[in-house]
Amino acid sequence: MHQVSPHTTPHHGPPASFIRKHIFSLDHKVIGQQYYDLGLAAVIVGMVLSWLMRIHLVWPGWGIPGVQWLSSVGAPGGVITPEYYLQLMTMHGTLMVFFVLTNVPFAGFGNYFLPIQIGAEDMAFPRFNMMSFWVTLVGFLVLVAAFFVGDGPPLAGWTAYAPLSAMGKITGPGEGTGQTLWAVSIAIFCIGQLLGSLNFISTTLDLRTKGMTLMRMPLSTWAWFITSCIGLLAFAVLLPACILLILDRVAGTSFFVPGGLVVNDQLQPHSGGSPLLWQHLFWFFGHPEVYIAILPAAGIVSHILMNSYRRPLLSHKVVIYCMVAIGFLSYMVWGHHMFVSGMNPFSSLVFSFPTLVITIPATILTLIWIGSLYGSRLQITPASLFALGFVSMFVSGGVSGFFLAQPSLDVYLHATYFVVGHFHMVMGVAAIFGMFAGTYFWFPKMTGRMMNQSLGKLHFLLTFVGSYCIFMPFHYLGMAGNVRRYSSFVDDYMAPLMPVHKFITIAALCTGAVQLVFLYNLFHSRFWGKPAPANPWNGTSLEWSTPSPPPWDNFGGKHPVVYHDPYQYGVKSAAGADFVMQDAPEKIPGEGAEGKV
Amino acid sequence: MATTLHEPPKADRDRAAQLASGAGGGWRSLAPPDGTLRTTSDPSPEPSRTGIWVGLSAIAMSFAAFTSALLVRQGSNDWQHFTLPRILYLNTVLLLASSVTLEVARRRVAAFMGGRAAELAVPLGWLYATLALGLFFVAGQYEAWLQLRSHGLYLPTNPSSSFFYVFTSVHALHVLGGLGGLVAVIPKLKRLILRRSTLDATSHYWHFMGILWLYLLFILWTKF
Amino acid sequence: MGKLFAVTLAVVALLSAVPVVLHSWTQPVDISTHGHLIDDQMADTMVEAGLAFLAAQILLGLLVWKFSGRGPDAKITSLPGGARGLVIAAFIFVGTEVLALGILGQKAWAQIYFAAPAANALPIQVQAGQFAFYFRYPGPDGTFGPTYPAKIDEGNQNFFGLDIDHDADSKDDIVTAEMAVPVNREVHLLLHAKDVGHSFYVRELRVQQDFVPGLDLSLHFTATKIGKYEIVCTQLCGLGHYNMKAYLEVMSQDDFEKWMKQEAAMQ
Repeated sequence: MHQVSPHTTPHHGPPASFIRKHIFSLDHKVIGQQYYDLGLAAVIVGMVLSWLMRIHLVWPGWGIPGVQWLSSVGAPGGVITPEYYLQLMTMHGTLMVFFVLTNVPFAGFGNYFLPIQIGAEDMAFPRFNMMSFWVTLVGFLVLVAAFFVGDGPPLAGWTAYAPLSAMGKITGPGEGTGQTLWAVSIAIFCIGQLLGSLNFISTTLDLRTKGMTLMRMPLSTWAWFITSCIGLLAFAVLLPACILLILDRVAGTSFFVPGGLVVNDQLQPHSGGSPLLWQHLFWFFGHPEVYIAILPAAGIVSHILMNSYRRPLLSHKVVIYCMVAIGFLSYMVWGHHMFVSGMNPFSSLVFSFPTLVITIPATILTLIWIGSLYGSRLQITPASLFALGFVSMFVSGGVSGFFLAQPSLDVYLHATYFVVGHFHMVMGVAAIFGMFAGTYFWFPKMTGRMMNQSLGKLHFLLTFVGSYCIFMPFHYLGMAGNVRRYSSFVDDYMAPLMPVHKFITIAALCTGAVQLVFLYNLFHSRFWGKPAPANPWNGTSLEWSTPSPPPWDNFGGKHPVVYHDPYQYGVKSAAGADFVMQDAPEKIPGEGAEGKV
Repeated sequence: MATTLHEPPKADRDRAAQLASGAGGGWRSLAPPDGTLRTTSDPSPEPSRTGIWVGLSAIAMSFAAFTSALLVRQGSNDWQHFTLPRILYLNTVLLLASSVTLEVARRRVAAFMGGRAAELAVPLGWLYATLALGLFFVAGQYEAWLQLRSHGLYLPTNPSSSFFYVFTSVHALHVLGGLGGLVAVIPKLKRLILRRSTLDATSHYWHFMGILWLYLLFILWTKF
Repeated sequence: MGKLFAVTLAVVALLSAVPVVLHSWTQPVDISTHGHLIDDQMADTMVEAGLAFLAAQILLGLLVWKFSGRGPDAKITSLPGGARGLVIAAFIFVGTEVLALGILGQKAWAQIYFAAPAANALPIQVQAGQFAFYFRYPGPDGTFGPTYPAKIDEGNQNFFGLDIDHDADSKDDIVTAEMAVPVNREVHLLLHAKDVGHSFYVRELRVQQDFVPGLDLSLHFTATKIGKYEIVCTQLCGLGHYNMKAYLEVMSQDDFEKWMKQEAAMQ
């Protein structure tokens, strides 16, 4: 694995036609932007679905205007039926986990910035890269099509447990064509992700420019690299699982469906299959998947925090080792989703240990982020605020994980709102904060214009408070035993909890409305933002060495040579600045021959 | 037929000298468009060298997932063993033979590149042989499915037949992908724009298909 | 803005802790023999996690307050101990916590899952199907009759698929829509899923166990307080999932016997 001279880098010339420039582009920057836009569309749809869910939970009889056009059967007069609630919930989860959290921080920002940050002209396989986006888009369209077929999208949740998801439409509305479309969509998504991971890994290993050793790569690049390694193996397991599920549904096989099942008084024809097999396959993918969702955000946040602190993090090697450790451990903990599933209870204990141990690298990361603040010169920008907000949310979400990692506590908390609060804090908020941070940070580079900083800070403050208002109460509900995935709360003991639910719904709608500030800022700045310099944040990494936006081959035919690591903040440069860029040939006092300070 | 010694393309002489001098691990393209050897002088690996191993890891992982599904499924006591269609063994020989022909083809291409051979027809012939053997393999697999069907063993009949069809068809699908790669390589070789790394990656993939098949055959033989 | 964020962070963190400290929404009354183990562990974890949460958030807020808004000539200094100190602290504190909770936590788990049910435990079969729980008691002969899935006929209230005409053991089986158990007597449940995955959850009992189609799973507990509690389904099973529940009545031995007689008469 060498650093490569630029002459072997790909190899496509500047785009000629409009189609090549903007639609079927081989340019990783355009592809990254396309992933980002797809993620933006998906998150808006996913968020609207969550509003519908929250409104239904607290005002179930209210006819929400407009929903009847989405489905006259699912929401007659705008009143959401119990099945349609679950169908909306399934699509919410699926869209958010796959098309937002896996897309934006990883495929979106990663595609755009990984090649630039390592000094390459493009990804290793531009055509596979283009294919990966279009495959992902097809997957998205197939998924969304489920809204418009037969009796609508599936209702089995994004986890699609068998046999509910495997026996066809007899198990419920949406379990016919909708569930099959879901499985096909996810299988297609897997292929897109595998192509993406292929590119990320090969590019990182082979296309680093002269002087860019692995240890000199920015932390965001490390995060993308580690994530792509995790994703390669995880999606390679989800794809077979989806194939087997599709076969059970349409070909009469019995991989996941045992015999002797009776639905509507009719004995079902399957026999011998194992529902637990689906759970094992799914979670073997599913747990690494949530680290795929969080690690790029963690890397982006590390990258931004260092820049905002104007000093290096206390130890970058440790950050890298922690991310590697988390990636490695992520493959050993999947059974913690299955503590009460009926699997061997001894396995539960076995799985709980690495689950608890993963707290250690996560804690170290958090301590480094917080500890590096000490003695720093923190610059407050929307990007740094969201990065710090990420740290706060990561702590909150991580701490609730501590409860769930213990099987005996999970006996009480499993399938309650406690779990929903936990994963929303880490994925639904922390990872999204990472995306916001990345957007505010890199928007100038990507578009050549600055976003409105005041609006950005307002967006942050309101979203930060709003997110806590929404998701903190979930934990209290869980402690009270409020079960999840219920379309209504009819049990006696849940009646006193309704005021909490009302509070959450109102907070969710308000926080949702606040996102309009972000969308406005995003679109307005795109066309009318102040022109951005090449290095508006005084950053050290290679993306700041190119113009804003970068030319088609990233560095205008020149190939950067790297002399330092990206952590040279708080050092006096020759020009009197407080940072030295990676490709600045000057020597830093105390720097050794290898460029190590 | 009369043998005419064709003059190798002009670049070859330089390349032969360059190879002889030990620079670089291989050739970049057979006749770089501008006639210079700028691109061939770079000894760094092409990303496809790494990429193919990344891709093969993903494929291996997916078959590992199918295997674990098989092992779990066998735990339910409704597994009906059946005799494997004998044509599978012939198909195995064909697939392994195709790996041999591919390796011969590679060596002939290298010889051509090194200026030690003058004819492209020879390596092309071996590549065509590989392609043919690969196609026969897939056809043979199809025949195996037909034989199973004639014995009343369809996809949903029994978990054993389900896994048989799943394993062999997913493998055959990947083999078709490999054939696609060969089909892409052949015209590139003819037009002298084939990169060595491309041929290497295609070969690694193809050999992996053979090794994977041996593994699947082992699973089928012991478990079915 | 930095200081505003710091204050907001501290306020949000403290407000989050308020409901916990005030016990606003906590676990309900514990009516099981092993519940106290879970509750104690929950309380321990809450203290440790809560302190870690507050410490991290407030520290973050403090440092943001102190180190934002500094001028361009402010000196950059490092935390004493650097990364090494943090790594060691993390390993020691988190490692110990993790080991302690992991090892100590086994007790409650073991009591639920590793101990075999008592020989004189009251056996009850629970069948979960879309969207109701049904219960079967073995009757005076103490044995459950065989079930035939093909004979399940909800319309005729043959929920378990019994063949009363041909199986002697089935004749005296008592099938009910609610579960009654005598107080302070161990109960041994056999969980059977009729169609898709379901789950058995009683908050007060501190038990939760999935029903897995194809597997008949065993669960045992002893209820210690008389009362009426809810059994709710916690594994997504279809559109009626939210409404899938049954009542658990814990009664005195006398009341229980009366109840069994009543139910037997209604078969």
